[in-house]
Amino acid sequence: MDVEMLARVQFAITVGFHFLYPPLSIGLSLFLIILQYNYIKTGQQLWANLVRFWIKIFALTFAVGVATGIVMEFEFGTNWERYSRFVGDVFGSPLAAEGVFAFFLESTFLGVLLFGWNKVKPRTHFISTIMVSLGAHLSAFWIIVANSWMQTPAGYKIVGEGASMRAEITDFWAMVFNPSTIDRYIHTIIAAWLTGAFLFFAINAYYMLKKRHIDMARPSLKIATIVILIASLLQLASGHSSSVGVAQNQPEKMAAFLGHFETRPAGIHLFGFADAEKQETWAIEIPGFISLLMYGDPSVPVKGLEEFPKENWPPVNLFVYQSYHWMVAIGFFFIAYGFFSLYVWKKYNFEGPKWYLWIGVISFILPQLANQFGWINAEVGRQPWIVYKMLRTSEAFSTVVTGSEIWFSLLMFTGIYTLLLILFIFILVKKIKQGPEPVLNN
Amino acid sequence: MDLNIIWFILVAVLLTGYAALDGFDLGVGIISLFTKKPEDRRILMNSIGPVWDGNEVWLLTGGGAIFAAFPHVYATVFSGFYLALMLLLLFMILRAVSMEFRSKVESADWQLIWDRAFGISSLVIALLLGVALGNIAQGLPVDLDKNIRINLFQLLTPYPLVIGLLTVVLFTLHGASFALNKTGDELQSNLKTLAQKTYWIILILHGLATILTFVIVPQLITNFNSFPVWYIFPLIGLALILLYPNQIKKNNYKMAFTYSFLTIVMMMATFAIGLFPNMVPAHDPANSLTIYNASSSQMTLTVMLIIALIGMPAVIGYTIWVNKVFRGKVTIDDTSY
Repeated sequence: MDVEMLARVQFAITVGFHFLYPPLSIGLSLFLIILQYNYIKTGQQLWANLVRFWIKIFALTFAVGVATGIVMEFEFGTNWERYSRFVGDVFGSPLAAEGVFAFFLESTFLGVLLFGWNKVKPRTHFISTIMVSLGAHLSAFWIIVANSWMQTPAGYKIVGEGASMRAEITDFWAMVFNPSTIDRYIHTIIAAWLTGAFLFFAINAYYMLKKRHIDMARPSLKIATIVILIASLLQLASGHSSSVGVAQNQPEKMAAFLGHFETRPAGIHLFGFADAEKQETWAIEIPGFISLLMYGDPSVPVKGLEEFPKENWPPVNLFVYQSYHWMVAIGFFFIAYGFFSLYVWKKYNFEGPKWYLWIGVISFILPQLANQFGWINAEVGRQPWIVYKMLRTSEAFSTVVTGSEIWFSLLMFTGIYTLLLILFIFILVKKIKQGPEPVLNN
Repeated sequence: MDLNIIWFILVAVLLTGYAALDGFDLGVGIISLFTKKPEDRRILMNSIGPVWDGNEVWLLTGGGAIFAAFPHVYATVFSGFYLALMLLLLFMILRAVSMEFRSKVESADWQLIWDRAFGISSLVIALLLGVALGNIAQGLPVDLDKNIRINLFQLLTPYPLVIGLLTVVLFTLHGASFALNKTGDELQSNLKTLAQKTYWIILILHGLATILTFVIVPQLITNFNSFPVWYIFPLIGLALILLYPNQIKKNNYKMAFTYSFLTIVMMMATFAIGLFPNMVPAHDPANSLTIYNASSSQMTLTVMLIIALIGMPAVIGYTIWVNKVFRGKVTIDDTSY
């Protein structure tokens, strides 16, 4: 691997691993708010015990998220020095804003959330939980702003020449609300809620199966079902809106998502294989359906990759076409599982069927996969650009860092992250087995 | 005063906030290496539990602010210090998780491993930060295209190493001042002894660093000689160090903490004044990154200033509130690490 590829692989691994945790924190923070709201409203011990159990899971998730997030704040400078010089004037401010408006808020109130249960009033504790959640949602906002600007840059001008050429900001709000920010923020946040909801569901489904903590698992499953149902349906709308946005703003990326080489009406693929060499895609498809979704008419042609110079194509099949389709497929599973849960709730009050609960237990992994797929197709789909149509990835990596230095850090991160993942799962499983404090009836 | 100067000051404030705040929790980590009883280590770890994460954000926000306001500094320093920074990140990751993992398993071995990971990573982080600062003060081989081509071992020269060690002992003292307020009984009296011993090492290293600065990096003195009024910062710093043991003797730990806090603030101010208007001095002065040739546009500096003016007062407000919530001695309960 050359230095460019090594830098890309390291960024992918460090951000990909980091991205397992913040969506989970954001999603779980929503559940902490709901549980704690119920506690304050009803005063029942059950809710207090649930809050305290979930705070521990949240703390664990948050800690690994923070630990791996530190890397991201510095990695643009270490491995993408030319990128940092080129875009710093524009790209730096959302990162700084994230620090000022989000990191301080979430990590300061986190202290009260984690350690303040016996020290502050329930209402103050509740407000701290809301502040942590708000901070986490704001953090996602600013980082999506920064990333969306790389997808659909706006509010800037190019100044200078040659090595001193760079982007300078001309309109801060146009940069913040660039054409893809809102779509991508909503899509990412709903994905985070689903990530939290499915872990929340999984642990409670496990308790139902083991016939433990049933008094707590049942109301929890009700909450999770409602969140899954609402969020998965919202995600369908958001996914549609995002796709229309990508088709407008980054048409070659959309063509790669769809494995669409020739300009003609596009169908929806259930599954398939996109061969960029031969420029054809083998797939089981419903013809014209994409054209119908985008333009309301199945016979309207959708731009194919053939319209774009080949040096501007992203890698098509594995990282873009497949990951896009798997993400969408998982999204439809969420909707189906949400409706089926509603049925199981009404019919069996969540006592069985066993296979349904077991699917719930293992499904916590699906939002994680969808997040990774979504992020991969968004980022790889932007290639060969690091900032769309402005700066190529090949012109952005650090030239002073050698291949062997990156090999060292790459192996270091791979090693420590593997260890972290093992420890995270080990402690999580231990916490789940302990479960919440039971409510004593007397 | 132009925007570039304002941003130089703001970056200095963020990094000073980091040094003065995370300084004590790194120090608490270092101190934990000198304790024999696991319960003592647990108390020390929990003394910073509610605040360390917020403290660390000062560094993250400092990093973000440097990226936004002085992108060339961000790009030059972090790519130039590549391996040192990767090691720093490794130990920051270890430290963050060591606190969360420590008490999750009821096993003496498990807890000892994470206690040691916490202590050693705190020590290495302090050392690396000090070495980095020392290298910047000493000047670096910045070339024409603003890059530094240097390996890890070339960073380990005498001056940066002395600054690194001084950082370690200063943070140790600062951590001890903090922990004295949070502990009682035997642990507290052990910390008192530790603070008094650390104090002498600081005096020696501080003297050595001052002499070396005059001899090896006289360019850091230029601003002070042009405007002698600036000498007030290092002199207040020195006075605070000299008066520190008195507060310990009087068992006035709150004042001792204030003194060590302000000592760090004065030292960071001294460093910033010495550096100005450079941010990364080069061996060939023509290549130095200054607050002018390394900065973002005036528009970005303006926008960022507005962001800072809106955000930072709130940050300072709730940071003070949270520290008040957790004032007083550490008690171990079911919410503790």
